[in-house]
Amino acid sequence: MHFTASDGVFLAFAAITVGSAVVVTLARSLIYSAFALLFTFFGVAGLYLLLGADFIAASQLLIYVGGILVLLLFGVMLTHKLYDLDLKSEVTQFAPAAIVAAGLFVVLAVLGFRTTWKIGPGRAPSATTDEIGHLFMGQYLLPFEAASVLLLVALIGAAMIVRRKKEA
Amino acid sequence: MIGLPHYLLVSAALFCLGVLGVLTRRNAVNVLMGIELILNSANLNLVAFSRYGSGNLQGQMFAIFVIVIAAAEAAVALAIVLTLYRLRRTPNLDQADILRG
Repeated sequence: MHFTASDGVFLAFAAITVGSAVVVTLARSLIYSAFALLFTFFGVAGLYLLLGADFIAASQLLIYVGGILVLLLFGVMLTHKLYDLDLKSEVTQFAPAAIVAAGLFVVLAVLGFRTTWKIGPGRAPSATTDEIGHLFMGQYLLPFEAASVLLLVALIGAAMIVRRKKEA
Repeated sequence: MIGLPHYLLVSAALFCLGVLGVLTRRNAVNVLMGIELILNSANLNLVAFSRYGSGNLQGQMFAIFVIVIAAAEAAVALAIVLTLYRLRRTPNLDQADILRG
């Protein structure tokens, strides 16, 4: 068993990811949860880089950290009175939910280690952006267009939902 | 030696923490954070299988589409949460029982 440098990097990123995800789930304060989510996203982006997925790591940082997390923070701010400093989030039915989640984790972990996965030749880490661009414009053109239309519809719909109705 | 099962383990931990968050939180924004954790764990699985599988980029392409759907989902869900807050003055999901007969 050789312990290489990349194994150490993996352990560090995995620790960041899982540790901050625990904070996201268990923190009493909404703001703590939101900022712990930032570190979870960073940790997952690091794991993507270790897996040789450079384009997805960059998208993760741009879209999750730059977009979704900011959106969630706006959600926190807009659904509380601004003077309300303790943005508490109450917890209900913790014991049964914890049992379900722990059981699920044991099942998934055993499944992941016991199954003999069909490991292929794999893909050595290399730049993926060029190939992904060609796939988008070739084999995945229709899903690409459908996803863009979906995104447009979803954003217009979101704007319509939150718009204040004019008093008649 | 770090291999596919270790990535699957991290992803399983993320998924279960997300499920725990969705099940236990009363605040709608916090439930959304749990859903983001679940989507991230799915993505991690896809990218890991893309790395250790047959060597093509299919898993990564799927991960990109998951990210797009996650962005659309977050926008629409927050719009609904804001409308709910405007209607009931609360972000708590168990008080959103207007449709109860």
